[in-house]
Amino acid sequence: MAIFNLNINGKKQQVDVDPATPMLWVLRDHLDLVGTKYGCGVAQCGACTVHLDDVAMRSCQLPVSAVGDKTITTIEGLSEKGDHPVQKAWLEHDVAQCGYCQAGQIMNASALLKSNSHPSDEEIEAAMNGNICRCATYVRIRAAIKTAAKA
Amino acid sequence: MKPTNKTINRRSFLKVSALAGGGMMLSFSWLAGCKPSPEETLSLPKEWFELNSYIKIGDNGVVTLMAPNPEFGQNVKTSLPMMLAEELDIDWKNVIVKQADFFPQHFDRLQFTGGSTAMSRAWKPLRTAGATARQMLVDAAGQTWKVPATEITTEGGVLHHKGSGKSAGYGEMASIAAKLPVPKDVPLKKVGDFKVIGNSKRNVEGLNIVTGKPLFTLDYKEPGMLIAMIAHPRAFGLKVRSVDDSAARSMPGITDVFTIKTLDDKYERNGFDTTSYTDLVVVVGKSTWEVMNAKKALKIEWEKTPETNMVVQGWGGKETVNIPAGLESTDKHKAMMAEMAKRPAKLLRKDGDPEGAFKKAAKVIERTYTAPFLAHNTMEPRNCFAHVTADKADLYGPIQAPEFIMQALSARLGMPREKIQIRLARMGGGFGQRAYGHHLVEAVVISQKLNAPVKLVYSREDDMTAGIYRPTYTVTYKAGLDENNNLIAYSIKAGGIPESPLGFSQNRFPAGAVDNYLAEEWKIDSNITIGAFRAPRSNFLGGAEQSFMDEVAELAGKDPIEFRLELFDRAIKNPVGKDNDYDAERYAGVLKLVKEKSNWGPAKSGVHRGVAAYFCHNTYVAEVIDLTMKGEKPVVEKVYAAVDCGVVINPDAAANMGEGAIVDGIGNALFGEMTFQDGVPQKNNFNTYRMIRHSEAPKSIEVHFVKNEKDPTGLGEPLFPPIFAALGNALHKATGKRFYEQPFQKQLETPRPATQM
Ligand code: FES
Ligand code: FES
Repeated sequence: MAIFNLNINGKKQQVDVDPATPMLWVLRDHLDLVGTKYGCGVAQCGACTVHLDDVAMRSCQLPVSAVGDKTITTIEGLSEKGDHPVQKAWLEHDVAQCGYCQAGQIMNASALLKSNSHPSDEEIEAAMNGNICRCATYVRIRAAIKTAAKA
Repeated sequence: MKPTNKTINRRSFLKVSALAGGGMMLSFSWLAGCKPSPEETLSLPKEWFELNSYIKIGDNGVVTLMAPNPEFGQNVKTSLPMMLAEELDIDWKNVIVKQADFFPQHFDRLQFTGGSTAMSRAWKPLRTAGATARQMLVDAAGQTWKVPATEITTEGGVLHHKGSGKSAGYGEMASIAAKLPVPKDVPLKKVGDFKVIGNSKRNVEGLNIVTGKPLFTLDYKEPGMLIAMIAHPRAFGLKVRSVDDSAARSMPGITDVFTIKTLDDKYERNGFDTTSYTDLVVVVGKSTWEVMNAKKALKIEWEKTPETNMVVQGWGGKETVNIPAGLESTDKHKAMMAEMAKRPAKLLRKDGDPEGAFKKAAKVIERTYTAPFLAHNTMEPRNCFAHVTADKADLYGPIQAPEFIMQALSARLGMPREKIQIRLARMGGGFGQRAYGHHLVEAVVISQKLNAPVKLVYSREDDMTAGIYRPTYTVTYKAGLDENNNLIAYSIKAGGIPESPLGFSQNRFPAGAVDNYLAEEWKIDSNITIGAFRAPRSNFLGGAEQSFMDEVAELAGKDPIEFRLELFDRAIKNPVGKDNDYDAERYAGVLKLVKEKSNWGPAKSGVHRGVAAYFCHNTYVAEVIDLTMKGEKPVVEKVYAAVDCGVVINPDAAANMGEGAIVDGIGNALFGEMTFQDGVPQKNNFNTYRMIRHSEAPKSIEVHFVKNEKDPTGLGEPLFPPIFAALGNALHKATGKRFYEQPFQKQLETPRPATQM
């Protein structure tokens, strides 16, 4: 066990955990930030996507000891009222079915738009390919990303 | 929300009760979470009045509608309350939707989501509940204003009497209405008068989803809650012999390791208590990561299970199911299926003289199709919260069919059903798998043993390897054409492990459209557990039959749509047999609609088109795929779907689900497959089990609904089966190959024979 000081969603947080613990479980089990989802634990589904200093990162592959003084943003911290352009576009297109994968999709899409404000279809597909949606809402996700890019 | 009237019986679900505000107060954060329109803040009423099990009206006119069915993404939490709102005549903006707990006595109906039945089962009862509540408000206004109730009109939650010019909001009349007798036989609106139904309403949970609110049981927490995980046997056909837990026990955060039995071997199960494993090795601890690690440190010895005969209470009565001993493998399965397909099988339907007709036929074609076991792979792995105390059990879990697991919970806990409360969580996907509730039994058994609140968690690997798969199937079709290329003989022989895909659909098309027809089936027992998977059985037959039909049309030298329309014409004008399980006009209707919408005809250069149509869950679907090839990789450019499911409640949500079923079907047709070696599932996570991804999804999808006033039918499933064939038929155009074996990707990857220079 070791103490880690983390900067999550603009707040300082302290946890006392095994250094190998993935951020996914630190968020979910120790900090009650359960918007970040567990889907596979092996970097295959993207449900656990968070931002590490604005870059999309799979939190199931990110040991708490590797975070250092980088800042973490989770779905809970993406916007104050759910009004980030990507969240608004998701609501406009009524993307979700079960909703389980969507936090990861939104975090990945928002990181994509930060680095590339007008991605082509191919760029969207390439960037989003690591995020599985079992309900298969892919067509709406693509449309919502384009709407968000225009906002 | 607890029902106020404890003695409520099944007949009296429309009973009235006035509720005191105190007991009904909901916290503000909950309300904010449930608002359908997040931009507006609904203010809380001081008092709520319950008009029936589904409807509560606040003194300020805010309405709470209960969504009775479990939600797993098909939007029943929005669409079912729309039926109530329609007849109640309220403004959707003032509605709060709340998920009901499992309480069958209160709701007088099966709280089950599956089999694409949610809308059709709810259609009359929910509208009746809405209309009855509205009538009570009208009666209350009539009494108060001393005017005839028949002269009172309603709109948007407001009562109005033209003669006297009086009007009042529902909130003002709710307290009086709640004390009135419940009127009987209140008429329902005509379809043409609908204002809410047929107008798209966004998912009531939309904002909660995009902001990551804790909606799922995997997100649920209670003070003192422990995390439990189960080590299942690594192979079907094995059970626990001994456990060395010394390493696991001493790991950080671990509080307990034990072995426990879920169901007694002699316990008579119902068809939904499905599980392969009743001896559990359980690891318990404080956090998920610690328990996951400790589980890996267990050293377990396994032993083979003997052959058993299990009595199961199924839909059609008691059945003895043979569960063989042994470690099964996919290669052996394939060989056994090929062998069984040659033997005599069980006759399901015979019209005319199929044997004679095949002899006379000018052309005969015979083709065999196969499909593998499939894992459901819901995005949220199985899990369940349970807290069992001496006198009650509280469960919060993802379950499509709470009713079907109640018996097992009650029997195992030795507790009457009334003491067991199942709260219905939003599910991170269901696809049929969550109809099987053994994870609920596991959770209560563990909680009871620990005497503590527990959340049982399956890892992805556990979820993918613990069983309940779509069975593996095969079918051989044979068709005979006369010299004028008319279909004169048709036979189906289908089987699978451990069930045949045919049992319920021998009376489907093309039965009724061909004079000489034969349907037969067989099955091979297995110890691999199976269950419903989006459009059970149809998910294989739809694709196989419609691929075959394409080849038969080709052999007849006819356009695939025209060939099918000719057969429907025959079934309309002069049907063969009496039990045909489809309406040929509606079937033809969707084909004509998809023909028009897709502008069917010769495809543009480089574009390959395939068509298919299928009927299941009382809904008719026709689909056209346009694809291009990028080297060996198919790119689905466009999918057109035409759907006849009667009245469409929530059109955009319906289209969304249709799109999902189409993409899911393309994914499973191309990639879906679970294989076994010596009983061990060969795939345990998404690195080996290939799922369709963004880059493989169609570029665009159009879902068109036939407009009619027929009662609504299923939608979650029917768009799934035919897409397998539309894809296979388009791939045939693109590659010249026919696709008989799923997953298609394997055949796409097979190198072409070297061509001569
Ligand atoms: S849980 Fe991290 S990628 Fe799937
Ligand atoms: S919405 Fe269900 S997994 Fe994406």
